[in-house]
This record gives sequence, structure tokens and C-alpha cells, in this order.
Amino acid sequence: MTVYRTDIAGTRYQFDTLGALLAKASPARSGDQLAGVAAESDIERMAARFVLADLPLSVFTEELVIPYEDDEVTRLIVDTFDETAFKPISSLTVGEFREWLLSNETSPEKIRAVAPAITPEMAAAVCKLMRNQDLIAVAKKCPVVKTFRTTVGLPGHLSVRLQPNHPTDDPEGIAASMLDGLLLASGDAMIGINPASDNVTRAGELLDLIERARLSLNIPTQSCVLTHITNTIELVEKKAPVDLAFQSIAGTEAANKGFGIDLSILKEGREATLSLNRNPTSDSVMYFETGQGAELSADAHHGIDQQTLEARCYAVARAFDPFLVNTVVGFIGPEYLYDGKQIIRAGLEDHFCGKLMGVPMGVDVCYTNHAEADQDDMDVLITLLGTAGVNFVMGVPGADDIMLNYQSTSFHDALYVREVLGLRPAPEFDEWLANVGLMGLDGRVPDVIGSGAARALIGRYADGA
Amino acid sequence: MAHENSKTPDFFARWRDVTSARIGLGRAGQAMPTGAMLDFLLSHARARDAVHSALDVEKLKAELDGPAHHVFSRACDRAAFLQNPTSGRKLSPDCVLGNERKELAIVLADGLSATAIQDHGAKIANALKAQLSDKWTICDFVIAEQSRVALGDEIGEQLGADVVVVLIGERPGLSAADSVGAYITWKPKSGRADSERNCISNIREPGGLSLELGAANIAWIVNRAKELSLTGVGLKDRFADEVALKGASSAPNQITGEGE
Repeated sequence: MTVYRTDIAGTRYQFDTLGALLAKASPARSGDQLAGVAAESDIERMAARFVLADLPLSVFTEELVIPYEDDEVTRLIVDTFDETAFKPISSLTVGEFREWLLSNETSPEKIRAVAPAITPEMAAAVCKLMRNQDLIAVAKKCPVVKTFRTTVGLPGHLSVRLQPNHPTDDPEGIAASMLDGLLLASGDAMIGINPASDNVTRAGELLDLIERARLSLNIPTQSCVLTHITNTIELVEKKAPVDLAFQSIAGTEAANKGFGIDLSILKEGREATLSLNRNPTSDSVMYFETGQGAELSADAHHGIDQQTLEARCYAVARAFDPFLVNTVVGFIGPEYLYDGKQIIRAGLEDHFCGKLMGVPMGVDVCYTNHAEADQDDMDVLITLLGTAGVNFVMGVPGADDIMLNYQSTSFHDALYVREVLGLRPAPEFDEWLANVGLMGLDGRVPDVIGSGAARALIGRYADGA
Repeated sequence: MAHENSKTPDFFARWRDVTSARIGLGRAGQAMPTGAMLDFLLSHARARDAVHSALDVEKLKAELDGPAHHVFSRACDRAAFLQNPTSGRKLSPDCVLGNERKELAIVLADGLSATAIQDHGAKIANALKAQLSDKWTICDFVIAEQSRVALGDEIGEQLGADVVVVLIGERPGLSAADSVGAYITWKPKSGRADSERNCISNIREPGGLSLELGAANIAWIVNRAKELSLTGVGLKDRFADEVALKGASSAPNQITGEGE
């Protein structure tokens, strides 16, 4: 096995494995310190980055951070590696790969062509050599567009997942939050409820609730109830209106086992959902959630840093052609991402790695009450992600999720980002908003929502709900 | 919530008693009006204070129907607890519980809101004990400080229980700093995965699942666990179907991390 080392001012820094090298090169964060894999000093971190910068990308096709025989995610990465697509970048080092990605000569089409050959470890490696501005600049060059009833991810557009959660799944309470979001131009990525209950019948009722609203108001969007994929399979068998199958996923087989899933269950869930034939435009019917730290939380991290493991989630995701992938970046808590600075960095890293690998990334810009973060940090992150071309963000009434007890982004936040960056909703949804009088010619939600159309909308909606 | 934008009628008045969501706030340009923004920041300040609250153990003991052990995790204080969750999942070496040779253990754990357990813990635990005492032998209660969900595994294992119920203060949200979560684990022992537990969340009054219904739902899962000899993804919670009660709910631990 290769030994990685460098000398800085007479001191030798040595890293025994590729996994250790990646971990030591990662920007400081509490989760890696908790796992005992972080660099012990800033100079050691820089030493690791110097070694990483000179490492040929091809090393990542030869040395595996988690053994092939131990982990089905590794087997997926190795078995689906696209050698032909790799050719244009096969002679580059990680440092040169960063420059290649940033180069004016490297078009979005060129990046898209090599995307299938970019393994999660390559993405993580180059990510560790990039500053925040690099993560934004390159992600912006990697649009990933997916279609269902709306088209999400087009440059110049920002979509929103409307998240109308309620602590007891009260249908009226959920309906009220949905209406609030629709009136504020949210819901074009999807309307997705985190149920308080894992009761399958209740999940079916919630799907019916969204379906009635969608059909009665003719809203171009799709729906999801975020219940375990085994529940979704049961819902499909009952012919419930399942647009998207949800699952939390992780970057190792053992952590996925902690979620009660493996790759074959994901495949089964996807096939079940596809059997309903509800996506009129493509076979993208999966909605995945991820977030740095899940593997450590499940004690299934194999000594690998959390950013590299997060990138491995995107290898899992892209194998199932998802419509949306969402990194719930600050949900997990301060033991993994301690403060606003770490959450902002992680959000940009996740979005970059996902986009680079061809995954339709959205970000739940969020934090919990035990993290050292606040609304100002979220304003910074959502603005940066809008600039980077994020596919979608969350829309929660007043940014306060009353079921999951954390702070996400509000419908207002999405309006702000669209306004300052000149972004529009998904085209189909944009047209609908204009037709029902919820968006003016200036692309803004009108100050007075008192038009006959909107009143009729509310009336019909209230009856339908 | 103040409705600031006088130009827009409050369409949402009719729903304000069915949800505490911050709906119909109005707008200043694209942003929230000043009053709504300040309300939010005040709620955040309250939640931050709840995270750092501590349990009054003597008061809690006095409210419980029966004796209680008092144990600590390895986290020496709140700061260590927040930064190192592993320390909150292991018992302090000073805390050793004997095998009580009974089937069910009930743990009251501070988690991320001692406020929640202080306010509701005894009532839920007492109701649960009352509902199960005819069919189950029940260990003395255990009060655990600086405790995460998984501390219940070691507690249940030491007590020799078949099932452990951990009532724990959930991470405070903006609208509620007093939600209790209940985690039910069959054959508790160190190293159980989250997928091997069932969870009921948002037990609180008012505003969440009532304490009485919460206890009834926990009891349903505990009985079902005995029938199936398991908990977790293999045990589907059909409590709401069976009792056909509106407003009853339970939640899987389905998002990354612990639902504490």
C-alpha cells in the first residue's frame, strides 16, 4: 500500500492510507474530531492538502477507502466506474483537476461528459482543495436538470420544496401551510410532508390530501410523504398516489443498514414507484435525503471523514436516477457541524460534490437550536447556494418547522433569493402562478393578493382540503 | 403572530387554531415584517435557553409513582454532552444497576430539553406504568442525566429487561421547548441500531400528542414488541388504526441522526 508523505520546514508528515489522507485534508469540523480522524494542527491539514494536490486521480481507481469485499457501496462505485468517460481527466493530479474544473476552456458539456467517471472519492478530494468560491464557481458550471411535472435545475431558476409539516399530521393544519406556500410561490420542486406518524394508512391519507389539492387547483408539481421506503412499497401496493419514493441514505453499507435499507430495497422501491407510471416525462421517481455525519452517527464510518462519506451518498443516489436529492445540512447537530461557519462550508461542499457527480442537488439550509448558528448564517448560505445554482431549497412557514423542531428556510427566504439573483421558479410552475394571478409580470408575488383568481383559488382549495 | 401587512386580508385567521405554523405573516417586499421577524428571534432565544436547562431530580422523584434510580452518562457537563454524543450514550463507571429480573424498564432522560422531562416525564411514566402493570413486571424507574437515547440500551441491559422505554427531552424547536420523545427497544443492549427502535415524538400538552394518548401508544408498541419479539422497522405502528383516534401519532426515527 502506498504511503503518503511530505516535508514542511524540516518536519515530515506521513499519512498511512488514502482514507487518512483525505480526512486530514478536510476543513476542520466537529464530526471529524469526534471520529478522531481530523488533522491535529492546521499545518498537518495543509501538509495533507499538498500531498493530495500531487496525487494522480487514477490512484482513486486503484486504492479504495473502504474495502470492496466489506461494503456494497464500494462495490457499486467500482463496478459502475466508467473508464471511457474517465479518459479526458485520467492523467490529471487532484490539483490539476481543480484547475481543469475552473478553466475557461472547460465547458459545462465537458464536465457533464466526465461526470459518470467521477467517483465520490475524487469529488471529495478535489473539494478539499477548493475554497468556497471555487465550490460555487464550479457548481454553477454543472447544472443537473430533471423533469417530472415540473423541470427543476435549469440555470436561472430556483425551485422550492414546500414542507407543510404538522406535529400531529392534522390535515387542516397541513393544508393551511400548503396554501401559505402556494400563495408565496413555493412548491415547484415538490410538496413533501415529513409525517409525524409512521402509520402507513395515515401516510396514504396525506398523499391523498396533496393529490386532491394538486388536481383541483391544477398545480404542476409532484408530491411525497417522507416515510420509510418499505412503507412506500406498501402504499404502492395499495395504489396510493405515490409520485416520489423517499429514503434517507448513507455512504456505507453499514450506515444504510442502520436506516433499515440496502441497495436492493432501494431498487425494489424504485421499481414499485415506476409501476404506477405517474411521471409523465421521465423515469426520475426517487427523492433522497443525505447529510454529513449520518455514518458516524450510526457508528459505521470506517475511519473515513464525513465529507468523503457524504460524497459516497451521491454515488448511491445517482445509481437510482433521482428527481431530487436534498442534503439536510445542519439538521444533525453541533457534534458534526459545530457552528455557522462549518454548516456553510458543508452546504457548499455537498452541493458541489453532488452536482459534479451529476446528481440533482438541493439543500435544506438549516440549523438546530443546540448549534452555534442563527438566521444570519442561513442568509449567507442560501445566498451563496442561489449563486451556485442550487436546484431547490426548502420552504417552511416562517422558517419554523413545528414537527421536526429545527429551523429551515422560509417561503420569504426563497422569494428573497429569487429577487436578488433574478431567478425564476420552474417554468411550468411559473406559468401556473401567472395564470392564477399569484405572480405579476415583474416576477414578484403581488402585494395585494385580493384578485378574483386568488380568492377563487383559496375558496376551492379550502373546499378541496 | 402579528399580521403586519394591512393591505392583505388575513386569509389565515380560520386556521390559526389548528396549527402553530407561522402562516400568513405578510411581507415587507420579499421579507418578513418586523414583528414576525422579532417573534422568531425571541423564540430562538427561548429554545437556546431550554437546551442549557438542568433537571431538578428531587422534584421529579417526588412526582413518580414508585422509587427511581438516578444515573449519569459519561458526559461530565452540558458542553461535553453537546459536543460528544458518544459520552451521553454510555453510563458513568460510577453508575451500576443490578439485574432486577423484570420485563420492562422505564427511563426518564433529560436529552436536549430537561424542561420537557421536568414538565411531562412523570405523568407519562406514571400513566404507562398504570396501563402495563397488570401484564408486565416493571423495574424501578431510572432518571438519567446528560443522557442520549442509546443510554437506555445499557440501562435496560444492566436491569435485565426485555424492553426499555426511554422518555427523553427532544431538541427544542421554536414553538415548543417541552416535547417528549419515547423510544422503545426490544432486548436492549449496547450497540443497538436506530432501526431497531420504535419512536413516538412530540408528546406534550398543549399542542402535541397528549400525555395520556402518548402513554397509550407506547403501551401498544410495548405489547406488540412482546408478540413479535422485536422492535424497529419490522414493527409497524398501527395504534392509530386500532383505536381510530384522531390526533394520535407516532414517528419513525427516519431522518439522519437521533430524533432527540
